[in-house]
Amino acid sequence: MNFEFSDEQRQLHDAVERYLNEQYTFDRYQSIKRSAAGWDASVWRGLADLGVLAITVPAAQGGLGFGPLETLAMMGDCGRSLLLEPVLSSAVIATAVLRAFADQTTAGELLAHMGAGEKIAVLAHFESDARFESQWVTTRARRVGESYRLDGHKGVVMHAGAADMLLVTARTAGEAGDAPGVSLFLVPRAAPGVVLDAYPIVDGQRAADVYLQNVEVPATNRLGPDGDALAAVEAALDIGLAALCADAVGVMQALVDATVDYVRQRQQFGHPIGRFQALQHRIADMLIHLEQARSMTYLAALRCTDEDVGERRRALSAAKAVIGQAGRFVGQQAVQLHGGMGMTDELKVSHWFKRLTAAQLMFGDSDTHLQRFAALTRVR
Amino acid sequence: MRLEFTDEEQSFREEVRGFLREQLSPEISDKVLNGYELGREEHLLWQRRLHERGWGGMGWPVEFGGPGWNSVQQYIFEEESALAGGPRLIPFGTKMVAPVIMAFGTAAQQKRFLPKISAGEEWWCQGYSEPGAGSDLASLKTRAVRDGDHYIVNGQKTWNTLGQYADWIFCLVRTDTEAKQQSGITFLLIDMKSPGITVRPIMLLDGGHEVNEVWFENVRVPIENRVGEENRGWTYAKFLLGHERTNIAGIGIAKRELARLKRIAARECLHGRPLIDDPLFAAQVAQVEVDLWALEITNLRVLSAERSSPAAGPEASILKIKGTEIHQSISELLMRAVGPYALPFRREAMEAGWQFDPTREPPGPRYASTLAAAYFNQRKLSIFGGTNEIQKNIISKMIGL
Repeated sequence: MNFEFSDEQRQLHDAVERYLNEQYTFDRYQSIKRSAAGWDASVWRGLADLGVLAITVPAAQGGLGFGPLETLAMMGDCGRSLLLEPVLSSAVIATAVLRAFADQTTAGELLAHMGAGEKIAVLAHFESDARFESQWVTTRARRVGESYRLDGHKGVVMHAGAADMLLVTARTAGEAGDAPGVSLFLVPRAAPGVVLDAYPIVDGQRAADVYLQNVEVPATNRLGPDGDALAAVEAALDIGLAALCADAVGVMQALVDATVDYVRQRQQFGHPIGRFQALQHRIADMLIHLEQARSMTYLAALRCTDEDVGERRRALSAAKAVIGQAGRFVGQQAVQLHGGMGMTDELKVSHWFKRLTAAQLMFGDSDTHLQRFAALTRVR
Repeated sequence: MRLEFTDEEQSFREEVRGFLREQLSPEISDKVLNGYELGREEHLLWQRRLHERGWGGMGWPVEFGGPGWNSVQQYIFEEESALAGGPRLIPFGTKMVAPVIMAFGTAAQQKRFLPKISAGEEWWCQGYSEPGAGSDLASLKTRAVRDGDHYIVNGQKTWNTLGQYADWIFCLVRTDTEAKQQSGITFLLIDMKSPGITVRPIMLLDGGHEVNEVWFENVRVPIENRVGEENRGWTYAKFLLGHERTNIAGIGIAKRELARLKRIAARECLHGRPLIDDPLFAAQVAQVEVDLWALEITNLRVLSAERSSPAAGPEASILKIKGTEIHQSISELLMRAVGPYALPFRREAMEAGWQFDPTREPPGPRYASTLAAAYFNQRKLSIFGGTNEIQKNIISKMIGL
């Protein structure tokens, strides 16, 4: 075993870190967060120029053809810089979905545009009653001649407002909870009948509930065979989960660093508060959580494309359970150790804390994954 | 980045498995796997088996008769041995005093002591802690005064593990009472048969005799049994404490005990169904299992980094804290898994050499009889080897607080 990043992976990390340090300052983040769109086209352009958006786009579509380890190498920087742009949603998850169908012209062309930063696509899959059960699809698609008509409601679709294209799962057969019968459609966000109820989520990233009312798309917008898209969607979600974990660990590292700095300079009772053992031990606990979480991002990145679905999910659930708990502890304690300052909007600490809180709630929380881990482990 | 061991490491693992299949007797592994204690002879016999294979000085360089394993190989051996039910290695000889003798001892000391440690002919114990010097080890008071070619040692050591079996003890003693605490300490090797040594058992909460008080009353120790220089003992002691860290988390033993927990929880019933299917219990088992998985990878990260340079950061303390927490959680779940049959307490069931009497079944399932005592015993883990609180002090110092 070895845990070293390759030269290429390190270069990617360095380039992204440098770019974000220079271009994505806390002030810039704050102003983008307050803007109407909640993301910035020039930052997106900059990320495209760096190649970040093409990392996992196949070479045939003009991309770099890299995988989860390269994604891992740069996601921590996105977390640390509080990146609001849809790297995870478009450049990781939607890209992974489309890769499975890259031989279809519609998907292949879209991938090429995404890698170049010209188009944004996001997966619109989970529904309001599903929580995180991926088979729970009630959105329907009816075949009418040479087109499909879609009706349904997708809940908390990350970055839907920024997207040119939605990748919508809809049932062409079966009932909610069935794995077969789920098909996948490319739906332009601007298509008639697509209505977005857009909002910021807790950490300032944008999302929307997406309502589809008799939305018509040509039959060529169906990706893959009829009723057989769920496995590809789940595979992409697993890749996304690993990337989210890496983003979260980047945030945790930033919080541990910031907290160590803070307790060294903050004076009370004539001493830096970092001299007090109660605080030292808390920081030691934060560090232990951080290192355990980091270990699990490696596991998640190495296993998220495993062919053996059971083993893949077992690893990812273990990772998400550990990282969710670690994120909760590190975030809460970072706020606590910053005292009143941790409660303010003025310091990055509260923003990192909220990003970790969002990460805990995405893709299933620690309890959900602990349960899934127990179930998958029991049958082994 | 990859999790898998290299092909050479895998074939080494196979070699270790083959050795364990051939040399580990079912009588021994059955005891280990079921939580029974082993006696002196059983431990020494195992050490001799290792020695015959050339593995007696595990972790030692070839020049001192060791197999020259790197830390990954040691990790693999300890993991496989734990999973197969091999006796835990008593660290005081091979892993503690031997590296000090190699680094700081004379050629004569190396020749005299190392071969017998490797061959399982002499049992070593540790004389560090004193009634007034636990985590604050440097405050120790046991005195050694020069008298010609000898030191005269007076004082008391405590928390001495398995000294009742020992032939030799390595001791930290004070040779200069004027100097700064750390500067007046000397490292002595003392024959346990020396006149003036008294070993008194300290009975522990699990009913076991695992530790002792050792009293020194005008014990004469030849000068040639001093390691290194007089008053430099603290340096050697610190070297020793920093030496053994590859297996500090005890991943192999934790995996074995977790598997045992699952087996037992699958046989125990709640509401007529296996306990392991109870959502609350299953969640607690899953929690410890994901924590252990994360710690295993953390441990492998440390090993992997040590291939290029020895870890100098807070890694060892992280492994110690998290490892002991996991071991303690598993032992607690094991006890709780058997419900009321964790209550009957028969000390003799724990003892080395105790044979199961088929005509007198213990109350409840056989596997239940040792679990409460093991839970009690495992509370030591977060106390010894530097309490977990001391480890957190070390971590905070390492990160600049």
